[in-house]
Amino acid sequence: MTVVVKADFAACQGYANCVVGASDYFDIDDDGIVVLLKTDVPESEIQRVKDAAHSCPVSALKVVEE
Amino acid sequence: MTRTVIVGGSVGGVKAAQALRSGDFDGEIVIVEQEHLAYPYDKPPLSKAHLVSDTGTDGVPLVSEDELSALGVTWRSGTAASGLEIASKEIVLADGERISYDDLIIATGARARPSPWGDGPRIHLLRTSADAARLRAVLHATRRLVVVGGGFIGAEVAATARSIGAEVTIVDPLPAPMSRALNEEIGQIFADKHAAEGVKMLFATGVEGIEDDGTRALVSLSNGERIEADAVLVGIGAVVNTEWLEDSGLVIDNGVVTDDHLRAVGADDIHVIGDVCRWQHSDGTGSTRLEHWTSAADQARLVAHNVLSPENARSYDPVEYVWSDQYDWRIQIVGRTGVTDSQLLGDPADDRFAVAYSEDGVHLTGAVVVNWPRALISARRAVQNHENAAEFRASLERMLAVPVASAL
Repeated sequence: MTVVVKADFAACQGYANCVVGASDYFDIDDDGIVVLLKTDVPESEIQRVKDAAHSCPVSALKVVEE
Repeated sequence: MTRTVIVGGSVGGVKAAQALRSGDFDGEIVIVEQEHLAYPYDKPPLSKAHLVSDTGTDGVPLVSEDELSALGVTWRSGTAASGLEIASKEIVLADGERISYDDLIIATGARARPSPWGDGPRIHLLRTSADAARLRAVLHATRRLVVVGGGFIGAEVAATARSIGAEVTIVDPLPAPMSRALNEEIGQIFADKHAAEGVKMLFATGVEGIEDDGTRALVSLSNGERIEADAVLVGIGAVVNTEWLEDSGLVIDNGVVTDDHLRAVGADDIHVIGDVCRWQHSDGTGSTRLEHWTSAADQARLVAHNVLSPENARSYDPVEYVWSDQYDWRIQIVGRTGVTDSQLLGDPADDRFAVAYSEDGVHLTGAVVVNWPRALISARRAVQNHENAAEFRASLERMLAVPVASAL
C-alpha cells in the first residue's frame, strides 16, 4: 500500500495554502496552478501532507491510498 | 469513548473534524449546525461566481455527505446550540437536548450585520446559502443594484452583478473600496478598477434611509440625493454569534476571548476557532479576531492538535491570508495591510501588480497581490519569515524585468 497525493489541476485556483503547508510537496507555477514536486507520501509525513491538502480552499488536493 | 463536540458546521468546524481524524482521534465527533443542511457548504463562493452560476441554488459543499460519514462525524443540523454549562461539560440545544463533551470546539462564526434601514422586499444581506439563493433569484432581473458597503462582500457582489450587465452603484461612508483593509491610497486602485468596469461609486457618502414604493427601492443618501434600485445589497460587516454563551461564564468581548492556544479563558477543554475567536497574543500585545477562511482552517488544525496533545499545546501565531475575485482580478492579501507605508510594484493597467506593506519601515508585514502567482508565493514566504521589505520589493522588480511568457 502506497499513500500518494493527487491534484485536480482544473479545480486549482492558485491560493497557495498547500505551499505554505508543505513546500517540499507543492509549488505554484506561473499560471497559478499547483505543481506536485513529489507524489509518494511516506508514513511519517502523512499527517503533515494531509493537513496541507485540507487547507486547499477548493479541495483540489487529495491524499489517498493506492 | 471520548467525545469532541463542535458547535458550528462551516469551514472551521469541518476542518477541525478532518484534522482530528487525520491526527488519529478515535473518539466520537458531533457537529452541531443551526442551519438545516444535508452537508456543510463553503461560504466564499456565495458572493462570487456561484451567485450567477447555473449549478443550482445549494451551496458548494465543504465535504460531501459521503466524506462526512467517512469521517465518522455525527452531523446534527437544523438545531442551534442555545447554552453551555461548563461545570457539567454539556451544551444545550434549542430543542432542549443536552450533549456532553470531553472537549468542546466553538465555531459559531458570525452573521451578516442586519440592515439598519429595515428588511424590505428589495433589501438583501449575504452570508448564508439561503441569502445567496434569495439574491440570485432576483439578480438576473435586476437592472439597478445598489450595494451599501464597499468592503469585500460589497465589492465582490458589485463585480459579479456587473458581469451579467446590471447597473451597479456602491455607496460607502469610507473614502475608497476596501480602504479599511488596504489603506485609502491602495483602495483607490480598486476604485479605479470598479470605475473602469462601469460601476458608479459614491464614496464618502452615507445612507440615510431605504424606502420601498412597491415597484422599487429608494435609497436616500447623506448628500441629499435619492437613488432608485431594483435590489439593494447591504454589506456592512458581520456580528459574532455569541448570544448562546452569554450565561456560560466564558469571557465575551466581541468574540469569545481565548489564550494564545485558542482555549477559552478559564476553560482548557473549550477551544474557539473562526470568526468568533478573539485570541490574546502570546506577547501580551492585545487580542485579535479575524474573519478569514484560511484563519478558520488554520485555527481548526491547531485546536485539533491541542485536543489530541494538550500537554504539548501550540500557540497561534498566524500570517493572515485572504483572497477576493473581482472582474478579471484575483486579489490575494497576505499579512497585515492596513498601514500607510505601502509601495506599488508593477502597473495595475497591466492587470498584474503587487503592493508591499511595512509596519516598521524595515520588514515586510503584508502584501496585496493581483494576478501574480509567483509574487504571491514570495510574499507568503517573506511575511512568514519577517524578511526585509526592500529585498522583497527588489525580488519582485527583478521578476517584472523578465517578460511574462505568452499564455499562447
